Amino acid sequence: MALPKYTETRYRVWHYSYLFICACVFIFLIAPLFVIFPLSFNAEEFLVFSEGMKNLDPDAFSLRWYKDMIYGTKNPWGLAAKNSFIIAIFATIGSIILGTLAALGLSSRYMPYKGIIMATLISPMIVPLIISGVAIFFFMAKAGLAATHTGIVLAHIILGTPFVVITVTATLTGFDHSVTRAASSLGSNPVNTFMKITLPLILPGVISGGLFAFVTSFDEVVVVLFLAGLENTTIPIQMWTGLREQLSPTILAVATCLIVLSTLILVSAELLRRRSERLRGINR
Amino acid sequence: MSSETQQILTTDGIPLSVSLKKAERKNKIKAFLLVVPLLLFLIITYILPIGDMFMRSIDDKMVTNMLPKTFTAMEKWDGKEMPPEEVFAGFYSDFKILVQNKEHGKLAQRLNKEKNGFNSIIKKLFRQVQRNKIDEGRSIKEQIMKVHKRWRDVEYWQAIKRTAPPYTTAKYLKGMDMYYGPDGNIMQVDEDRRIHRILWLRTLEIAFFVTLFSFLMGYPIAHLLATLPMKYSNLLMICVLLPFWTSLLVRTASWMILLQQQGIVNDFFVMIGLVADDNRPEMMYNKVGTYVAMTQILLPFMVLPLYSVMKTISPSLMRAGKSLGGTPFVAFWKIYFPLTIPGIGAGCLLVFILAIGYYITPALVGGASGTLISNQIAYHMKTTLDWSFASAMGLMLLTGVLVVYWVYNKLVGVDNIKLG
Repeated sequence: MALPKYTETRYRVWHYSYLFICACVFIFLIAPLFVIFPLSFNAEEFLVFSEGMKNLDPDAFSLRWYKDMIYGTKNPWGLAAKNSFIIAIFATIGSIILGTLAALGLSSRYMPYKGIIMATLISPMIVPLIISGVAIFFFMAKAGLAATHTGIVLAHIILGTPFVVITVTATLTGFDHSVTRAASSLGSNPVNTFMKITLPLILPGVISGGLFAFVTSFDEVVVVLFLAGLENTTIPIQMWTGLREQLSPTILAVATCLIVLSTLILVSAELLRRRSERLRGINR
Repeated sequence: MSSETQQILTTDGIPLSVSLKKAERKNKIKAFLLVVPLLLFLIITYILPIGDMFMRSIDDKMVTNMLPKTFTAMEKWDGKEMPPEEVFAGFYSDFKILVQNKEHGKLAQRLNKEKNGFNSIIKKLFRQVQRNKIDEGRSIKEQIMKVHKRWRDVEYWQAIKRTAPPYTTAKYLKGMDMYYGPDGNIMQVDEDRRIHRILWLRTLEIAFFVTLFSFLMGYPIAHLLATLPMKYSNLLMICVLLPFWTSLLVRTASWMILLQQQGIVNDFFVMIGLVADDNRPEMMYNKVGTYVAMTQILLPFMVLPLYSVMKTISPSLMRAGKSLGGTPFVAFWKIYFPLTIPGIGAGCLLVFILAIGYYITPALVGGASGTLISNQIAYHMKTTLDWSFASAMGLMLLTGVLVVYWVYNKLVGVDNIKLG
């Protein structure tokens, strides 16, 4: 972005102020996440930087809130984490299976009523969560699934499938159908063709859709608030309760763990996207 | 031509066109079958329950089912004078059943909502019925009218008659701070009690400004990301994607830390001398907190569609504009900006739709003046348990979102949604 030597002063000024604005926006986006890191190692109970921390005094830092998160008495995080992972994993599997099948159908050129069906399938993404929450709660209450893991998993499948449908459909747009025809002509049955030819090629799309579904479920709080009982508490619910009652440093320790997790997910999603684009021959 | 094509036969001796149609139908069914599991699942667990919400929001069958004989008798009543003996007799026999099933309290509650004063007179009637004070041999009308003077007031009987229809739009009117007056026409709630209208307007206002702020902040950085060489832009892209993948509650928590009175933002303001140390402004639990936190949380949804559109715009277009004598500003305004309009439409409508239904962040950092219509829906779902009212407001919100979505579809097309 170096400017040519002949640039007039006013454009030079404009260019640097533009870069300055961009820098401010990037800081605005990313800085809030980094506030949490140091404060979660605070030795004191307050959520402000103590004098000791400002002077980088080692005594001002401690792992006490991480210990509290893991070993704390009557502390809900263990159960919440277990529930969150179980629910998210099953919801992801469900979303991947249903979403991939539907995406395969949708990207067939013979698919009738494509527009309206696509709109229906991705509607949980467009409808505000609060409304989805109310509707799903009514269904689960009638079906006797409120306050059960099954109910929450089903709810998260509803919310997660649109992502899988969208990513897999996108992967399939560049898909060369002649390879599946070649497999069929060589005597492979449809299931075998799918497992050996189609699936490996669309796998990056499937996994990145699955990651979206996982994060959606893992981070979901509105619908779970309606559905969960005490037994089904999840990490977001515990955070929500904690943030409403009292902001404690233990929450920051949990938040730090979640940021680490999201970084891992971001890296894998990014790698997958690149692999997928390479496979589909799209170069950017 | 047509006779020639008809003569083409497959090896089975079937005309080719017939065989082709058959194969195509088979393919259609095959494609459709793949979609069926998800479609059925969503219809049962999601689409039909939204329909159920609608039924609940207009449902008013409770009294209809409680007082069947009363309403049959009322069909002949003109509704102006005191009702005839049959209405009283019907009401009495319905009421006896309610007393047996201990449901008269529910009736009193519902009728009291229709007109104040029902609670006490139903209690009085209940005691009379319980003690078998009412003699079925004599005129029931006169005996009921003696129980309390309000039973002699025709307005109370008119109120009962108004509860007869099994469906009502009252909940929708309530959502707009209106109600049915005594003679059935639509009335406005007193000005100082119009809370819902304030909430609707505030929701629209916050959604609009959050969209505007996201656009103003998102456009420059999307442009920078799209024009920088790959190795730099990938690094900066992390600044957009990491918040995008991070838990909403984590991001809200960090804003709660930053914006508190002893927080870093206030510290900074004090340091540069913008505010006095003993006069730190309240930046959380009000609209400021809602705006700041929601803008940061929704900004990636603006940047990503803008970026994916800007990435496709060739830099040579701008160079061509400049070489033809346009200043950089003219070249930008006349060439670059119009080409990014699809991205602007996608980003703005995505952010707007998300913002209009926001719940968690406003509830945590919004305080009383930063809450939105979604908070009200959750409040009625969880606290007052007025589910039909929550459903009605939810559907009003949904209608708004669908209108916006329809516009989005017309302008950009749903298929153009891109994720990352």
